Amino acid sequence: MLSFDQVFTLVKDTCTHGDVVVDENATPKNIRVPAEDLKIVCQELFQNSSTYFDMLSCITPIDNGPQVGTLEIVYNLYSIPFNFQVGLKVVLPRDNAEVDTLTDIWKTANWHEREAYDMFGIKVKGHPDLRRILLPADWEGHPLRKDYKQQEYYRSIKVDY
Amino acid sequence: MNDMPTANSRRQRTNMKGLLDQRFENGGFILTKLEDLINWARLSSMFPMTFGIACCAIEFMSTGTTAYDMERFGMAPRASPRQTDVMIVAGTVTFKMAERIKRLYEQMAEPRYVVSMGSCSNCGGPYWQHGYHVVKGVDRIIPVDVYVPGCPPRPEALIGGFLKLQEKIRNESLVAPKAVEKLLAKEENVVV
Repeated sequence: MLSFDQVFTLVKDTCTHGDVVVDENATPKNIRVPAEDLKIVCQELFQNSSTYFDMLSCITPIDNGPQVGTLEIVYNLYSIPFNFQVGLKVVLPRDNAEVDTLTDIWKTANWHEREAYDMFGIKVKGHPDLRRILLPADWEGHPLRKDYKQQEYYRSIKVDY
Repeated sequence: MNDMPTANSRRQRTNMKGLLDQRFENGGFILTKLEDLINWARLSSMFPMTFGIACCAIEFMSTGTTAYDMERFGMAPRASPRQTDVMIVAGTVTFKMAERIKRLYEQMAEPRYVVSMGSCSNCGGPYWQHGYHVVKGVDRIIPVDVYVPGCPPRPEALIGGFLKLQEKIRNESLVAPKAVEKLLAKEENVVV
């Protein structure tokens, strides 16, 4: 059986760029990793035969607002053979949010990352096709940011009520 | 001679209702205005477009089922804008969809009519305040003839909208094309 401590130790050993912290409040428990290490950690969790996280269930960005000045992005991983879930969290600066793409590990990351870009403006390095996924291509701003102000007109149609 | 009904007495007897229900084998003829005939033909075979964008479309579909029987008004949904003269905007109009709706409307043959179905397409509905992505009323992109309130409206309400539209078509006039006059007046103003 796979335990959280096992996963945590593996993540900690793989990271080289900074502290690895556990967020006990999240369900499943989250492991906070430095942005630079995200990709190698995921690669390791995916490949290692003792963890084998073969599924990326979800990507969830969170905006902490302009006062705190950070964005969070949470990756929910699931290992089907071990029936085990874990979350990886990356904290990013709000004005220059950038993460590595995970599309070459899990194909499903493609659309999730596009949505993160569309709604929160998180730039994804190395993404094969980083366009907006829901809003029109010429939309202004990223609506799920706390300080989002909608534009006055979209193609000469008034946006406000 | 005396037992042949005149057009006048015939009209009084039947009150010009249900033209198809009357029998023609007695001979005789019907006097009417060309306008009335054209309007009657138009309002008796309105072809709506098979087109829905949100939950209102479910009620629209239900209007077409045996229980509500849209076809008793001569309304059969057609799958191409080229073959339709009524557009029922059934659902939330997003800004991404707005362009498509406008194009579909322009592809329809004239005379064409628009029924705005439900709160969303009437005025933005529940998205009026925080729905940054929703057009606050489809009348901001295309002209609307009948608004059907409800969220979503029941099929009875939609049928009520059809009857209102029929009423509107029944009162149209070829010799006094008010819409054209209005347009011309506008253009003159622009030139001046």
